[in-house]
Amino acid sequence: MTAAPRAAAPASGTVLQIKGLVKEYAAGKPVLKGIDVAVPAEGITAIIGPSGTGKSTLIRCINRLVEPTSGSITLHGAELTGLRGRELRLARRRIGMVFQEYNLVERLTVMENVLSGRLGYVPLWRAWLRKYPEEDIQRAFMLLDAVGLPEHATRRADALSGGQRQRVGIARALMQRPEILLADEPTSSLDPRTAVEVLELLTRLTAAEGVPVIINIHNVDLAKRFARRIIGMSGGSVIFDGPPEELEQHHLRAIYGGEDWL
Amino acid sequence: MSATTSQPRRLAFAPNWAMRAALLVLAIYTVWASTRLGLTWDRVVHGMGEGGRLLARMVPPNFERWQLLLEGLLESLQIAVLASAIGILISLPLGVLAARNLSPLWIAGPVRAVIAVCRSLHYVIVAILFVKAIGFGALAGTAALVVASVGFIAKLFAEAIEEISMKQVEAIRATGAGVMKVLAYAVLPQVSSRFIGFCLYQLDSNLRNSTLVGIVGAGGIGGTLFAAFKRFDYDFVAAILLAIIALIFLAEIISGRVRAALR
Repeated sequence: MTAAPRAAAPASGTVLQIKGLVKEYAAGKPVLKGIDVAVPAEGITAIIGPSGTGKSTLIRCINRLVEPTSGSITLHGAELTGLRGRELRLARRRIGMVFQEYNLVERLTVMENVLSGRLGYVPLWRAWLRKYPEEDIQRAFMLLDAVGLPEHATRRADALSGGQRQRVGIARALMQRPEILLADEPTSSLDPRTAVEVLELLTRLTAAEGVPVIINIHNVDLAKRFARRIIGMSGGSVIFDGPPEELEQHHLRAIYGGEDWL
Repeated sequence: MSATTSQPRRLAFAPNWAMRAALLVLAIYTVWASTRLGLTWDRVVHGMGEGGRLLARMVPPNFERWQLLLEGLLESLQIAVLASAIGILISLPLGVLAARNLSPLWIAGPVRAVIAVCRSLHYVIVAILFVKAIGFGALAGTAALVVASVGFIAKLFAEAIEEISMKQVEAIRATGAGVMKVLAYAVLPQVSSRFIGFCLYQLDSNLRNSTLVGIVGAGGIGGTLFAAFKRFDYDFVAAILLAIIALIFLAEIISGRVRAALR
């Protein structure tokens, strides 16, 4: 096992190992040019970088919403690239995901959305008839309480505000009892105050459940505030990988280019 | 000021000479065609007189043979309901398979072709084919309307599915859900109310259409109507027409209520 570059997080092992990851949407034009990242088993790892640099692609390669071109991604040592069919679905249920635009099913209730996090576990008839095991329903209520929406179980998702929707999104992801949680710009559609509240919630709940988080985030200040480790990407490559304290002006210049904005 | 006047006038809207020419040609052709068909004023007056005599023979409507009328109506209703139910059941999987955002092109293409074939022939022609193939009666009418229903709503289903938000599909896929679970949780919730609207609409038009297939011998009130026409029983014809109109109105009111309740 290779050690995590610059050994940022406390030594509690690596949960996710990415090696030489390349993604080309068009042949010969790689969006990701050989990414090597090791994600520690706890805490938040933030990926920062300019728009279009492949942050979202990187995160989506992990749960294979995007198909990597080459390279290796292992979760607890098990290879994720190349999985197909049932094996891929079994891998996906171990990986929670929170989306920029929440991606709740608008016309389903909050409870149905949260319980959909169990779809990788329950048999088809239970899913169709909404006959989830009592244990799942109890956990769903517990998570709704935890994200601060105790009274909203029977409301339709499209009746919620942005902040509330993202809280449901977090509950849905945690419902999977994931081994890792991916968050793709989870706060970019929220106002600054709600963004901080949602990030605090995400940090607290994932810490309580011991779930490591990879988060794509535009806001460098928020990244520094919440992450234990920051990965700076530019032009499809990792150009910074270390704790937030080590991220300095010249790194930001290298990541985003220019300097007038600093 | 003087500098601007020397420039050529700027056009806010480009003149569409092709469109103007096409409209002119259309107008000329319309006038010419009406002269060719012998649509003279005398012919119109003559037609009006004939129509008046027909109307006079239709009133008062004759409901004496109400049993025959009711029997025909019920058969039409049964044809319509059965054809709609079977058509919808067939259209649901076909619609999903034909949606290009969910199924690969090598499946969606052929399925779309099947749906297009169902649509391409008018249902009366299909009814004639079925009468020739499987004999007179309600079975032929039902089969014809099933084909018509599939051609129509499977296409609408597919188009509704193609308009859904793939973000919701992506989120459900990310939980590890398989195809059937994705359909139940990410696709159906987004399209179900529109699907029900399409189904009600199809039931409406199947009711209308089922009154006609009888004319070619495929069962229902249409057969009774055609027989009454041939025997010049215009008062009975009027009774049948009134009954059909009442049935369609009733269906319209009920489906309107259902639609409103779904909103």
